[in-house]
Amino acid sequence: MKEKEDYFMLNKELVIIGAGPAGLAAAVRAHEKGVSDILILERDDAPGGILNQCIHNGFGLHTFKEELTGPEYAGRFIDKVRELGIEIKLNTMVLDISRDKLITAVNPDDGILEIRAGAVILAMGCRERPRGALNIPGSRCAGIFTAGTAQRLVNIDGYMPGKEVVILGSGDIGLIMARRMTLEGAKVKAVVELMPYSTGLKRNIVQCLDDYGIPLLLSHTITKIGGKKRLESVTISEVDESRRPIAGTEQTIDCDTLLLSVGLLPENELSRICGVELSPVTGGAIVNESLQTSVPGVFACGNVLHVHDLVDNVSAESYLAGETAAAFLRGESSGREILIKTSGGVRYTVPAYVSPSHVTQPLEVRFRVGEVYKNSFVSVYFDGQRETHLKKRILTPGEMEQVLLRPAHFKKHSDCKEISIRVEAD
Amino acid sequence: MTDVVIIGAGVIGCAIARELSRYRLDVIVLEKEADVAEGTSKANSGIVHAGYDATPGSLKAKFNARGSAMFPNLVKELEVPYKRNGSLVVSFSEENVPRLEELLENGKQNGIEGLEILHREQALEKCPRLSEKVVAALYAKTAAIVCPYELTLAYAENAFNNGVRFRLNSPVLGINRIENGYKLTLSSGDTLETRIIVNAAGLYADAINNMVSARTLEIIPRKGEYCLFDHAAEELAPLTIFQTPTAMGKGVLVTTTADGNLLVGPTAVDVGGRDETDTSREGLEYVLKTAALSVGTLPERQIITSFAGLRAHLETDDFEIGEAPDAEGFINVAGIESPGLSSAPAIGEWVAELLARKLSAEPNPSFDPIRRGIPKFREMDSEERTLFINKNPSYGRVVCRCETVTEAEIIDAIRRPLGATTLDGIKRRTRAGMGRCQSGFCTTRVLEILERELKIPRETVTKFGKGSELLTGRR
Amino acid sequence: MKTKKELTCIGCPMGCLVSVELEDGAIGEISGNSCPHGKEYAEKELTYPERTLTSTIPVDGGEIRMVPVKTALDIPKDKIFEAMAQVRKMRLTAPIEAGNTVIKNIAGTGIDIIATRTVNVGVWI
Repeated sequence: MKEKEDYFMLNKELVIIGAGPAGLAAAVRAHEKGVSDILILERDDAPGGILNQCIHNGFGLHTFKEELTGPEYAGRFIDKVRELGIEIKLNTMVLDISRDKLITAVNPDDGILEIRAGAVILAMGCRERPRGALNIPGSRCAGIFTAGTAQRLVNIDGYMPGKEVVILGSGDIGLIMARRMTLEGAKVKAVVELMPYSTGLKRNIVQCLDDYGIPLLLSHTITKIGGKKRLESVTISEVDESRRPIAGTEQTIDCDTLLLSVGLLPENELSRICGVELSPVTGGAIVNESLQTSVPGVFACGNVLHVHDLVDNVSAESYLAGETAAAFLRGESSGREILIKTSGGVRYTVPAYVSPSHVTQPLEVRFRVGEVYKNSFVSVYFDGQRETHLKKRILTPGEMEQVLLRPAHFKKHSDCKEISIRVEAD
Repeated sequence: MTDVVIIGAGVIGCAIARELSRYRLDVIVLEKEADVAEGTSKANSGIVHAGYDATPGSLKAKFNARGSAMFPNLVKELEVPYKRNGSLVVSFSEENVPRLEELLENGKQNGIEGLEILHREQALEKCPRLSEKVVAALYAKTAAIVCPYELTLAYAENAFNNGVRFRLNSPVLGINRIENGYKLTLSSGDTLETRIIVNAAGLYADAINNMVSARTLEIIPRKGEYCLFDHAAEELAPLTIFQTPTAMGKGVLVTTTADGNLLVGPTAVDVGGRDETDTSREGLEYVLKTAALSVGTLPERQIITSFAGLRAHLETDDFEIGEAPDAEGFINVAGIESPGLSSAPAIGEWVAELLARKLSAEPNPSFDPIRRGIPKFREMDSEERTLFINKNPSYGRVVCRCETVTEAEIIDAIRRPLGATTLDGIKRRTRAGMGRCQSGFCTTRVLEILERELKIPRETVTKFGKGSELLTGRR
Repeated sequence: MKTKKELTCIGCPMGCLVSVELEDGAIGEISGNSCPHGKEYAEKELTYPERTLTSTIPVDGGEIRMVPVKTALDIPKDKIFEAMAQVRKMRLTAPIEAGNTVIKNIAGTGIDIIATRTVNVGVWI
């Protein structure tokens, strides 16, 4: 029995995958730029994405000039999307995207949905690195969670994952959860960080750890997980400069819970299915100044493109994606003219390609560095000639940086072949 | 009085139970853990060995040959992921090639067909990613991969549907001889009387044997550590790749699993305890380094988890199968290490036939050999998916996004015979949580479904049985 | 006696390292801040430290199970655990609008706890 007619077939000008901060901002801006036929597909049962569980404050200083909590920040965008009448399909999982932008998705109400899109914005966000990716030896007992899973358990589901906690990794979610678990009566015994510096924001070290007397152990890692059924202890060791545990430095900490905050990975399985070229450095798509991927009409923004520290930057980037997707739908194309070369500590840039004719306003190029640099400079070279030379007191891998490429630069170097961005000592 | 009590719901105990359910017998399986396949059966290579390596004339040789031949039909009856992918034993030097010839000769004596020595170029045709060091290989056409815990579950479910009773969370504390049989004392204080005991207790088979027989056994737990990679890594090993075997076992292999992941391992280290399934830094490093000899660089960034299993080794280096000499009606099925999984169907058949004769059992007229697995959304095409969602909308709700597992599959896993009651039970039955995010996303959803379906407070849901609770209370 | 104290400003993600000169406990020159908030933060942190407190409260009859909440303004740092004890005893009923006051005058600070997400009447699954 074939019930092909049971498929739900749709045509949409713009389909946005993900109703987190990136997808919502992209939708709002695309609508403002004249695209009215928009559909947002969201796998969760509410819009807002991960912000719904980020109940802490500190969001929106750039975007709204005030300090909001995650749900408040998301709420502003959700209200806007509703006001504009943009449709969101919840509980909807995208299963497939073809190169010609045919999307297959599923939800309990519509069943299998097939949507032909004029343009697609990928805004699926990121996921946390699990324990397996670290290959931490030891037992496979209960009590080991990623910090984000613990955050969801506490803030959305209303359950405590443990009482005595050690946190591996000083990423922001780990720091935030150190405070959250403490406020809810748990004892957070230590935050253990492999690197000699924290990968989270400095303000979070102060207000989440220092405020509560939680020790941050830099250059340490977990070398053993103990416990048969539920976690009973972790063994931590100091690491040397090549991040190998130093024998003889082991200490055992009794705990029933280990939270992992050891990095985020862009969630690009769908992008891969679609044939989008991905960067081995970021794990996200390689895009041009319009945030268009290697597949024409497919754009990416937010944490699926590269992991951001601040949601304000996600919103700004996603506004741009909404705008450029709208331009694509009006028939404007964009290509890949000049590759931005990275060297001297710059690990990657977003965008990776620039077409000078598209730079009508200062273009924000975001990047991360590979290690800590003090009192150094971020320089931009056009065909070997230095045009930007910014003094930076400190550059760390934990914090995203940006430089501007200005229309004037491109006017001056009208047949520019190469742009490079690097960190320099002087 | 029960006819047969089987101690241990691993692949051996469950295979015997299923084969016994062909007869009109009252059979009970006792398992100390909260689920079937909680021991060695869940943590091994998942290989159906062709059967060339066991010593000719040994029980290992006999049961492996027969078991391997039974698989193609069995996995159809039980709907278990299985693939005859073939295997290679690679040699890294010309001097070692005679060792391959010995294995080939051994295989012939064991009655194994489809064995062939390949030179480097021929081997490369089958497996293009073999390392530069490989000079020749023994090819075994009939080697296969199977999902070991799904096989165990399938055996158990089929046995259950054919009338076998299972008692989980039921460690055996003591066994006494009584007239015409045995009396078992369980940890709950309950007792059971039975005519026959089958000792399929895996790592604890010595303890069970020694409760009854004066001819004691000693199981030596031999640990094997593995690394599991994401699906994307599977093209490295279209066949299972072994290195030349050593006294401790078949060495480190590289294989694709029946579910399409890349698996490398195991180590082989004798350990003291029967619950020492911790992984170690040295072990994992050794596995990765040794596996790289076979296939060159491994994509270490795609490792999603590591695990360790324990082999139930006996000093005799062979299976111990049969009635204890001094205990009538007490059947040992002990020392079942590699090729135990490959041999399981044949051991099940042999033990069931032995007991049927012993008990003069009649065939069970209502025996149904067919077990249906959980329909897998990820393997369906759009039309099938639509049909399933029309019948049951929860097929439209994806709970595990890495492995595309729907809510309907999770509910099926809980409601089916011997259904899942733990997070790991759900994982083994549906693959929810097996993927690259290692349950980061679906744990909270699965906890919710378990709470709802089992009607128990969420704080009491466990990972793998009492003591492994995931939550410590309400916020 | 002159001493120097260094503080990381938590006013924004930049996390400026602010130096404060202290003379016999009195605040002197403040440097290192990139904006006026940094100075303000340092002065307050050394005299009357305050924090925003955020948490959640269970909701009955709502489409979600927990409503996120925050203090409408910063509260004294040393009142945080007292405030939490009060928050943890609360239970609410849907509907709740984002911005609604859910606890008045938390821990005697004169500051209210407000909801940060709207919870409609519904059933969570």
